[in-house]
Amino acid sequence: MYDKLWLIPFFPLLGCIINGLLGKRFIKNEKVIGAIGTGAVFLSFLVSCKYLIQLLGDPVKSHENVIASWMSVGTVQVDWGFLLDPLSALMLMVVCGVGSLIHLYSIGYMHGEEGFYRYFSYLNLFVFSMLMLVLGNNALVMFVGWEGVGLCSYLLIGYYFEKQSAGDAAKKAFVMNRVGDFGFLLGLFTIFWTLGSKHGVWTINFMEINENAHLLSGDMMLGLGVTTVATLCFFLGATGKSAQLPLFTWLPDAMEGPTPVSALIHAATMVTAGVYMIGRMNVLFAMSPTTMAVVALVGALTAIFAASIGFAQNDIKRVLAYSTVSQLGFMFVAMGVGAFTAGIFHLMTHAFFKACLFLGSGSVIHAMHHALHHAHLHDDPQDMRNMGGLRKKMPVTWATFGISCLAISGLPFFSGFFSKDEILWWAFASTRGSKLVWGIAVVAACMTAFYMFRCLYMTFHGEQRTNAKAKDHVHESPWVITLPLVVLAFLATVGGLIGIPHVLGNLVGHIPNKLEHFLAPVFEHSQHLYEIEAHGTAATEVSLMVLSVLIALVGIAVATVMYMKNPELPGKFTRKFSQLHRWVFNKWYVDEAYDVLFVNSTKKLGTFCWRGFDVKVIDGIVNGLAKLVGACSAVLRHTQTGLFQNYALTMVFGTVVMVAIFILN
Amino acid sequence: MSTLATLPQFPWLSLLVLLPLAGALLCLLHSGRPAECRALALATSLAVFGVALYLFIYHGQGDGRWLLYEDSAWISRYGIRYVLAMDGIALLMVLLTAFMQLAAILLAWRVERQVAGFFALLLLLEAGLMGIFLAYDLVFFYLFWEVALIPMFFLISVWGGANRRRAALKFFLYTLVGSFCMLVAMIALYQIHGAQTGVYTFVIGELLHTQLTAAQEGWLFAGFLAAFIVKSPLVPFHTWLTDALTEAPAAGSLDLTGLLLKTGIYGLIRLAFPLFPNATAHFLPILGVLALVGLFHAAWSAYHQDDIKRLLAYSSISHLGLVVLGLAAWQLTAWEGSLLLMVTHGITTGALFILVALIRERTATRSMQELGGLWGQVPCLAFFFLFFSLASLGLPGLANFAGEILVLLGTFRAHPVWAVAALLGVVFAAAYMLRLVQGVIWGPARSERTLPDLTLREWLMLLPMALLVVWLGLYPAPFLAPLHGTVAVLLAGGLP
Repeated sequence: MYDKLWLIPFFPLLGCIINGLLGKRFIKNEKVIGAIGTGAVFLSFLVSCKYLIQLLGDPVKSHENVIASWMSVGTVQVDWGFLLDPLSALMLMVVCGVGSLIHLYSIGYMHGEEGFYRYFSYLNLFVFSMLMLVLGNNALVMFVGWEGVGLCSYLLIGYYFEKQSAGDAAKKAFVMNRVGDFGFLLGLFTIFWTLGSKHGVWTINFMEINENAHLLSGDMMLGLGVTTVATLCFFLGATGKSAQLPLFTWLPDAMEGPTPVSALIHAATMVTAGVYMIGRMNVLFAMSPTTMAVVALVGALTAIFAASIGFAQNDIKRVLAYSTVSQLGFMFVAMGVGAFTAGIFHLMTHAFFKACLFLGSGSVIHAMHHALHHAHLHDDPQDMRNMGGLRKKMPVTWATFGISCLAISGLPFFSGFFSKDEILWWAFASTRGSKLVWGIAVVAACMTAFYMFRCLYMTFHGEQRTNAKAKDHVHESPWVITLPLVVLAFLATVGGLIGIPHVLGNLVGHIPNKLEHFLAPVFEHSQHLYEIEAHGTAATEVSLMVLSVLIALVGIAVATVMYMKNPELPGKFTRKFSQLHRWVFNKWYVDEAYDVLFVNSTKKLGTFCWRGFDVKVIDGIVNGLAKLVGACSAVLRHTQTGLFQNYALTMVFGTVVMVAIFILN
Repeated sequence: MSTLATLPQFPWLSLLVLLPLAGALLCLLHSGRPAECRALALATSLAVFGVALYLFIYHGQGDGRWLLYEDSAWISRYGIRYVLAMDGIALLMVLLTAFMQLAAILLAWRVERQVAGFFALLLLLEAGLMGIFLAYDLVFFYLFWEVALIPMFFLISVWGGANRRRAALKFFLYTLVGSFCMLVAMIALYQIHGAQTGVYTFVIGELLHTQLTAAQEGWLFAGFLAAFIVKSPLVPFHTWLTDALTEAPAAGSLDLTGLLLKTGIYGLIRLAFPLFPNATAHFLPILGVLALVGLFHAAWSAYHQDDIKRLLAYSSISHLGLVVLGLAAWQLTAWEGSLLLMVTHGITTGALFILVALIRERTATRSMQELGGLWGQVPCLAFFFLFFSLASLGLPGLANFAGEILVLLGTFRAHPVWAVAALLGVVFAAAYMLRLVQGVIWGPARSERTLPDLTLREWLMLLPMALLVVWLGLYPAPFLAPLHGTVAVLLAGGLP
């Protein structure tokens, strides 16, 4: 029944190999390369749909498909195996669905690029890795995908390999992710050995870990529970991949890659891997209230911190990048307060509207680039200060971008509304929630509405500030670009309807929360077992909902006043709070702090190791000794009388002679 | 062992040693006719590879005892016997040697000066290496230990780079001092054993049962250790390697990093650990710390190199630090990981050295200051460079990862703190390898000249290595299978 799961990652891998090997010399035709790349992902999407439907009608909700053994040493048994359950099925939909659209979009966006084949090969490789990450039935197969997506991110950030900045950003992304991976592996080792040596369960298989996690409840390590230590390590991994504090700085730099890549990898899919991973191991996390609190707090702080940086950026992609970091923070808040379903729900709705926003920004950049290029100008096509008033020139892009802004701000009945409110409600009312986290998240939600509408207004409304020579050359993008925008905007509008909160469902009639029901087999167990639930009256829930809508409206209103009604206000503001503005504009100098603290000190250490220790100390001693030996052997040569009969010693004698010859030379 | 020894069988192991020796002699006989020498060397190493492959397929499975054993009297007066023995570990090393040697011969194809001598030395080196991995008599082992040293000395000093003499001398002095300590310890052990039992023998299996006082054991262990640690090399005995690797001719670097370094670690496993179990137990923690220091020291130093060959030399030291760490953890998973990592490191770093040589041939430089942009100029070559760099930094699904993860997993069991530190070291591996990648293949092209991409001969070297790297990464089981029994026996303190 489920023995063809491997087909899902197989198609993109095949696409990657075909385009990678044959693209440059044999296929050449952009349309064919694009069709192979897009088709491969679309095939995976179809297979995923088939399995999703099959799963919906199946009373058993988790199925494994082991295809081969990977490593087998003593008690360490690792298989190449896949796992389909509601969680991975939902992720398959997001990855393959959004993935197909972005592949389609790329055909238009990357048209005429020299490395067209290479781009599609990498993108397919990315989808393959992401699918391995999602489908892996054990932690190491997941880790293959986990590092694989990091690699593809590296390759795609560095796609414009001739640019130094792209190369640097790519390297930074990979190394920072490696810091996270350090945590992931450490967590895995801890769980593996504790379960094995203390309880006789030798496994890294997710299902088995979740089933046996309760055995770990009494185990201690470093004064903390083993589950706390392990899950904190796993969470470190998640902060790397999902760009949370303190490992978030690579994501904004990752915008060096082509824009569709930012949409797919650095917004919709890869960066959500950390959230997914917590969902996968929800039993372990549920067992440790400490870790959950840390997760929620880090998520909330990241949400507000990144949103504050989003206030002052002028590069359209950077605004969206910080917005992504901030929204991921919301997802971690959800996971941290035990609202696993809401977290995954927001992951999904965010994939829709953020992909739409990024692709919309790509459409704008594409148009700006061509207009500026046409006029032989070297203005920055990504700088919003060069835009404005594009609404009339690019109506489809504007409309879809606007819808997504409404969705991300959480205005009623757009997808973001349902998922974000569910998170805020849980943060407020969950047994694992806290008012502090809730408060921070509400403020961050208000800020989100502000900076997103700032972005919308600066790009599409008001006067067009583009250089006069290029002004009239800005046009709407072709259909391969706008079609995915429309589809994603549609999803961003209605995608939330699969997870209507009970309180609203009950108001209107009896609309069930379908998503919650669907994901229940994955999350219900741990929520029941560790008494994680949101409790409060319907009245409270509704009034909080109203509050958060009002808050969002405030954000939008402030943005409207500042960027539509009184365009001179932001300038005044900046001058008045120039110090603060400088800090925000320079991203609170986090990069600089890391450079001083970690990068430079490590480099100094390296210089010391090599120039100081190896060259001066060791070689100094050796060279001194060599001279001594040389002098001695010159003397010894005369005293050596050959009395030793051991033939082996004669050999040494010979070698000494050789050295001597050398020195005499 | 005794049952196997009595069975009349074809002397496969002797063949492994004698074939390259014969090839070397034939090469010398044909000096002055380079084409014939090349063909001879290639044919010889193909034959050796065939034998190794045959042994891997048909004699690779065992329960931890010797897979093959050859024993005959040699110099009876001193109890020196001609003993060649192969267990799972030796089998793996033999296979690696035979495989890498093929690549080395192909790489040496374009050597112009004194072709016969070059190939003869390469084959002599192969004979020496095979001997080291197979010999089971101390004197015999020592003989091969020196035999492998001499060709490498000449390869560096005659065919090497600008500072070849210095580098060769340094290499020679270091290894000579180490070897000398080992020789003294060998003779002492022989005397002690003889005095105790009345049987004067150099056969390792017999010497295992020697009763030693703690002091004796410590000193003798130190003697062996001196040779093996220098060869591995562990920090602070490593600076000869960076110089030697940098100055050696391409094929020499390949053999040095891929094979010769492994002899040190192999010596630890085959001789030092089993002969002196108590001293070993005392020394393991120190060994682990030394390995960790080396791992970090080399990784940090690697980050600052401009000469890509020197960078790879440091990366080798760092990787071998991880190998030794796994051994020091004294744990089944970690040991098998270490042994696997020895093989995979040989292949990945070997391939990188090949690529450096190919880049040098095309651009006449190895300096990252002067390199860059190869992705646009020689895409296939650049792809392989990226591929092997990624394999080297331990990307899951490629060869090194399997070994690394087993080492780390096993070490975590025995010494969690070591494993945590080593995991951090892996982060730095990414940093220096990606700096290398960025410096060599990304960035703008440095010259307008069109450079030739890979030739058929170069594809023949790289493609099998790449396939093997994928195979070892996805399905290392066949290469781990011969290890299970042997490692279990060794860890229990015995020998087959």
